[in-house]
Formats: sequence, structure tokens, C-alpha cells
Amino acid sequence: MTSPAGLPAIERLPYDLARIRRDFPILKREVGSGAGLVYLDNAATSQRPVQVLAEITRFYRDHNANIHRGVHTLSVEATELYEQARAKVARFIGAAGPREVIFTRNTTESINLVAHAWARKFLRPGDEVVISEIEHHSNIVPWQMLRDERGITLKYIPMLPDGTLDLDYARTAITGRTRLVAITAMSNALGTIVPLDVIVAQAKAVGALVLVDGAQSVPHLPVDVQALGVDFLAFSGHKMLAPFGIGVLWGRLPLLESMDPFLGGGDMILTVSMERSTWAEVPAKFEAGTPNVGDAVALGAAVDYLTALGMDAVREHERALTGYALRRLADVPGVRIFGVPDADRRGGVISFELEGVHPHDVGQVLDTKGVAIRTGHHCAQPVMLALNVPATARASFYIYNTTAEVDALASGLEDVARFFGVR
Amino acid sequence: MAESGLLDDLYREIILDHYRQPRNRGAAIEPTCSADGANPLCGDQVRVDVALVDGVIGRIAFSGHGCSISQASASMMTEYAKGRTAAEALRGVDAFQQMMLTGEPPEVDGFDDVAALAGVAKFAARVKCASLAWKTLAQALAEGGGQVTTDDGSR
Repeated sequence: MTSPAGLPAIERLPYDLARIRRDFPILKREVGSGAGLVYLDNAATSQRPVQVLAEITRFYRDHNANIHRGVHTLSVEATELYEQARAKVARFIGAAGPREVIFTRNTTESINLVAHAWARKFLRPGDEVVISEIEHHSNIVPWQMLRDERGITLKYIPMLPDGTLDLDYARTAITGRTRLVAITAMSNALGTIVPLDVIVAQAKAVGALVLVDGAQSVPHLPVDVQALGVDFLAFSGHKMLAPFGIGVLWGRLPLLESMDPFLGGGDMILTVSMERSTWAEVPAKFEAGTPNVGDAVALGAAVDYLTALGMDAVREHERALTGYALRRLADVPGVRIFGVPDADRRGGVISFELEGVHPHDVGQVLDTKGVAIRTGHHCAQPVMLALNVPATARASFYIYNTTAEVDALASGLEDVARFFGVR
Repeated sequence: MAESGLLDDLYREIILDHYRQPRNRGAAIEPTCSADGANPLCGDQVRVDVALVDGVIGRIAFSGHGCSISQASASMMTEYAKGRTAAEALRGVDAFQQMMLTGEPPEVDGFDDVAALAGVAKFAARVKCASLAWKTLAQALAEGGGQVTTDDGSR
């Protein structure tokens, strides 16, 4: 990893689960009728460590001002902190430089930015965008809207029954007319890790760009955009220890420079007259209006926290925990697990059903035992259709989860089955 | 599970009874009006078929799938509605919606079992589940029937 000038190196810490858990005070709270919290809804949003909470407070207490063009001390400091956070994110994902990092609200906004600023400028009727059946709605709907507006062709790589993608079909779906392959690196509904190397090779063979939805992968897997060979990467801060409302679009600099602006307004212009305007340089061109400075700075702290743990260690922790959970849940009578049965090919996300009990009821009863899971379609209705289920229950892990928490989930599910009289 | 009084408020025995042994589910009737209801966020779906005879609900049936609350509520709704006039049934729908707001069972004739759902009001995420069949009944009784959704776009 290259270290941009001015950024302090991050000292690597051993993976000490007890110490990590102490950094998250919320994990000590009780819910419902006095049960200790077992937070297994990390694919929806992570918890935040004291280091990130302290950074938010520190920014507003000591450095708060609007950024850019201010001559006073606070504005200069706030600008430096904001740009330093950009550099931290760039280093974290292996960007060529901080200018390739655009701050947005979230993954959804990042993908929409590409759909508006790149696709509307460069795509013509008949051009193809290829997505997959396991995408989150945020990587489906913007392309459907673009298709309906601009007459592009939208194709998708189907899901196989085990939750992986039909890569043979991908070979035929990605053609000489394909201009963009927009694909998730990890399914939020099933945890499937997509073999991006295969998809990128197919896309590059026909000269198509690749946009990766990294909402689930960047928080949980080592990600290096150079090694991946992709062109855009979208992700959200709130799933990786940072606050809500801050997200990232990474893009290759020449690509970003070729694009039109997204939103118009302050900060994204070079000059404005009553007749016309000219655009600021990247990344300011894509950051119209006052940005979410405080949360961007806090994202920098979150990235530092993850860097100190090491993303390889984060992945190994979750791989081991997921393997344990797959074995443990398989032993619970009536539990049916969706997706690949192999922790090497899935992230820390386990979608399942308990035979005879609706996922809503599973989640409700688990909540009384302090176990927080998500139930529903997980903003991936095509996956539910492919599985032929209306909804699933989903447990998802992060850096602080333990095997004891998996045990609490498993024994909770046994109680649910008893409660509804299905066992 | 006796340790959780809150849970017992939600899953009253009479509710679980309707869930396990739903009344008027999938009954074959010749409907004069019907409606489909959906709660897209949780995947609940219900269809309500009504056979009106001289303004009175002679027969009623529901089908679909969903959580215990939505299915039990649909079962109770059919028991409540059968034999009542359309106008009276619509007043029952209003009373049910009011119960979901207040958590208080209303003084309504025929709400004996239905009153057990009052505890759902404490669980904001489940009110949509309980309301679905009732909204769908109102839609079926409205002119022409049609579709109804509890999804107001909120999360």
C-alpha cells in the first residue's frame, strides 16, 4: 500500500476480540426484557467504535467550519481534515491518488452518480449494461431508469440455485455491445462472494468498464482497486464503522475527468456568470454544495481503525465465524440455509428460513432474547424470486461478533421452533 | 418463553390458534367482489374474496401467505365480517385501524377474538402485518375491488 504524503502510517494491532468489543459500548447494552444485545444485523449497518464517535465530537468541538475558500483558521483546519480523510480512503482501497475519491451520501448515490454523469453522456441506444440477479436494488433500479429513458439494453447474469452467478452465461451476456458491467462484489442477501477476476476479464475482453458495488465487500474483505482492475467502486461508510450519510465513489481519474457533473451548485464550479458556468476539477466537480465534512472525517477514523486490524485479519475472523455458524445452524432442526455452504466463497452473511415459521416471527421472537437479525427481502427481491421465498431471515457478522453469539442465535432458533409448535 | 410478557402481548394464544388453524382460508366461494393486498417490505400477500347477497357478506374467504400476525388477523377478519352488512364491516375496518393506533380494543360487536390483536400496536413494525387483511377487505367492498398495499414507501 502506498502512503500519500502527509498521512501517518497506521500501526498494525493484533486481532484481540475482547479489546475490539470494548471499543463498542453499545454491545454491552440490554434490549427487550433484559437480554444482552447480540447484534447480527451488520449487513444493514455496523456499530461504531469509540474512536469514530470521538472523532465526530472532536471535529465539531475543535475544528468545525465550512471548508474550502475560508481564510480563517477553523476553515483551513476543517479543509485539511476533510482532504486528509479523502487520502485515508484512497490509501485504504489502493487508489492512485486522493482525487479519485469522491464523497457521496452512500453506495446508492455513488451508483446513481455514474448512471447520470458517465452513462448519460457516453451511452447510446442499443449499448448494453450488464448487471446480475443478485444485485441490491440500488444496483438495479438506476439502470432500469436509464434504460427506460435512454433506450439502452439492460441484461443480467442469472443466479444459480446455490446463490452463485452463472459465469458460463456471463460469457455470452457480455458482448461487443457491452459498455458497462455493474456488479456486486458480495451479495447482501446471500453473502455470495462474486469472482470479480472472471467478470473483469470478460468485461475487459470486450472493452467494457466495470463498476463494483462494494457496499458489502469494502467493509469485510481486503479491496485493492488496482489489483481488481475495475473502473468504479461504490461503497458506504455506515457499514464499515463510520456514520450514516457518508459514502464513496472511487473512479479512475481520466474517467472521472471525462464525465459531466452530477449535481450543479456551489463548490462544483470554476466560474459562474449569468450566461454559463465552467466546472471545477475532480473531485470537486462531483461534490456540489456543502459536503458532509464531519462524517467524512469520521470515515477517515473508521478506515484507520480497520487498517490497524488489517483487512486480511478481518476477513479471516469472519470466515472462521461464518464457517462455525454454517455448521452450528445446520444442526438446528428445521433450519434451511440459502446460498453457498462454503465459508471460503461467502462473506459473513447467512440467509436462512426456519421451517413452518415466517421470518418476521423468527426475528420478533429472537429480539426478545436480544438477538438482532434482519428479516424480509433485504432490498434484493429478484433473489427472493429466484429462491421462491417471500422473505428470509438473515444473520450477518462483523469484526466484534463471537462464536458465543452464534450459539445464542442457534439456541434462540430452537426456542422459536418450540414457541410456534413446529418442533 | 414465559419470561417475556411483551412477547405474550403480541403472540396471544388466540392469535396463534388462528395462525395454526385459520378460518375461511382458501374456501371455495363464488365471490361477487375481491381484492389483493400486499405488504411488499415483508412479502405478505393476501387475497380476500367476498360473496355479497343483498348487501350482506354471505361468504368470505382469504388466501395468501405471510407471518403469523398477518395470517391470524386475516382469519379473524373473515370471522368478524361474515354475516355483516358491507357498511357494518367497513365500520369494523375503521375500528380495527383505530385499535392499531391506540392499542385499546374498541367496544365493537364481534371483536371478541380480534381484540387480542390490540397488543400489536406496541410493535410498530408489525402494525402493517395486522392491518393488511382489513385494508384488503375495505378495498374489496369498495366499488370494483382491486389492489391495496400497506407500503407507504417508509422503511
